Amino acid sequence: MENKQTPLGYVSFSVFAWIVGLLIFFPIFWMVLTSFKTELEAVSIPPSFISFDWTLENYVEVQERSNYFKFAMNSVILAVGSTLVGLVFAVTCAWAMAFNPTKRTKDALLWMLSTKMMPPVGVLVPIYLLFRDWGLLDTRFGLIMVLFLMNLPIMVWMLYTYFKEIPTDILEAARMDGATLPKEIIFVLLPMAVPGIASTMLLNIILAWNEAFWTLNLTTSDAAPLTAFIASYSSPEGLFWAKLSAASTLAVAPILVIGWFSQKQLVRGLTFGAVK
Amino acid sequence: MSTRASTLTGRIMSAPSIIVLFLWMAVPLGMTIYFSFLRYNLLSPGMEEWIGTLNYEFFLTDPAFFASLANTLLLVGSVLAITVVGGILLGLMLDQPIFGRGVLRLLVIAPFFIMPTVNALVWKNLLMDPVSGMFAWIASLFGLPAIDWFTNAPLTSIIIMVSWQWLPFAVLILLTALQSLDRDQKEAAQMDGAGPISIFFYITLPHLSRAITVVVLIETIFLLTVFAEIFVTTGGGPGLATTNIAFLVYTQALLQFDVGGASAGGIVAVILANIVAIFLIRLIGKNLDK
Repeated sequence: MENKQTPLGYVSFSVFAWIVGLLIFFPIFWMVLTSFKTELEAVSIPPSFISFDWTLENYVEVQERSNYFKFAMNSVILAVGSTLVGLVFAVTCAWAMAFNPTKRTKDALLWMLSTKMMPPVGVLVPIYLLFRDWGLLDTRFGLIMVLFLMNLPIMVWMLYTYFKEIPTDILEAARMDGATLPKEIIFVLLPMAVPGIASTMLLNIILAWNEAFWTLNLTTSDAAPLTAFIASYSSPEGLFWAKLSAASTLAVAPILVIGWFSQKQLVRGLTFGAVK
Repeated sequence: MSTRASTLTGRIMSAPSIIVLFLWMAVPLGMTIYFSFLRYNLLSPGMEEWIGTLNYEFFLTDPAFFASLANTLLLVGSVLAITVVGGILLGLMLDQPIFGRGVLRLLVIAPFFIMPTVNALVWKNLLMDPVSGMFAWIASLFGLPAIDWFTNAPLTSIIIMVSWQWLPFAVLILLTALQSLDRDQKEAAQMDGAGPISIFFYITLPHLSRAITVVVLIETIFLLTVFAEIFVTTGGGPGLATTNIAFLVYTQALLQFDVGGASAGGIVAVILANIVAIFLIRLIGKNLDK
């Protein structure tokens, strides 16, 4: 499909591509723009694009009326918490699988992957009942556990594909020099694995932040993260679009930034190394 | 290099993850299977009794099951078609020299990072609202009547929202695959006089086939369980128009408190997902051998 491009061809194709790209991005742009309007202008027809009174009152109101900060904190705690717990388990597991493989390693990896294929509704009932009986409903601890277990297979896989790329000769050399196992991990392996671990963490934070099955079903208020907070706008009273937009913009902004930085790693993580 | 000692350490180190995952999967799944054979309603505790396959008979002969199965298949099929075709086209587009391509690519993949509840409510209100939504205004510019999306085309609306969310995923993966395509091969074909269309069908598409398979399989697994978009916009309605299997199980369990019936439904969903999962795991397993 590579055309021998003339300057005119380059310019016109660029214009075309940008129109397509901006159309795809439009809902996000429109959401951000609406968040700076008054409620009245947010629903006005024809819609105003620039010539409206820019205001920050929606952001203030979202915080004051509904304590946005509490939900945001929950999102942060759930995403970071589940990622850190997951990291402890996944790093050791992936390390063992990459450097001390056994005959069963491949089967174990594929089995882990298969747990990811189980639809959450298949275990919704028992998890809900167990959480109820154990007093874990609407607790951050309970949700951190669920999110951690949900994403553990992806973390192990992603770290495994990264660890596989580390040359084992270096580990042998360290062992020859008398490095013990913990030292081997801390001083030799981890520094080389940091980029892979960082990308794994970022992907996991994105997935945990946006998770909207368990967070909606297992929380009511105390542990509710932003997914649940935004969902509360589904049964609104009065004019609410500008406030919805402000809350939404705040909810997606941090993840959008993280996502843009880690787009390459995303492919690896979400395809389990099948597409590179 | 696997000595016996290192094999042992390897086992010990991988054991915690395997054990917790096993508990997370096996225990609840076993409970779901057990519940699915019980008459068990949360509103009448202590009345549980073994009723064999009755829950399955009820679930599988329930008109709601067929409606939600049809909705699930329609939703998954449509979103797959839209995202794969769109993903190939956008991937090819972003593979060309374009002014500011890096920034453009960021804009195109952005929807993937939007949380499902935000996606659904922004589309439902800001864009698809029949009175003040952007689409209604655009329609009015052409003198057309506004469409009341969620009343007249509820499932289509859900399909559009979910497709928008998953299109970037397809683009990202197909673009990655496109960039690993050997340029020499294309140039050689061009020298031999092949046009862009035959190059696409004889070189590019075969090269993409594997990536397309991965996109289809992974998206299917996620799309089978679309929940939040339905939860915050239509609540499964009007009627059963947007109820998929995941949502049906949810309503039975947490709204009707019918644990037995919901469990049977959950098992049906697991079986459906596993049919897809088998193919995906085989494909990835083959890749692991390389």
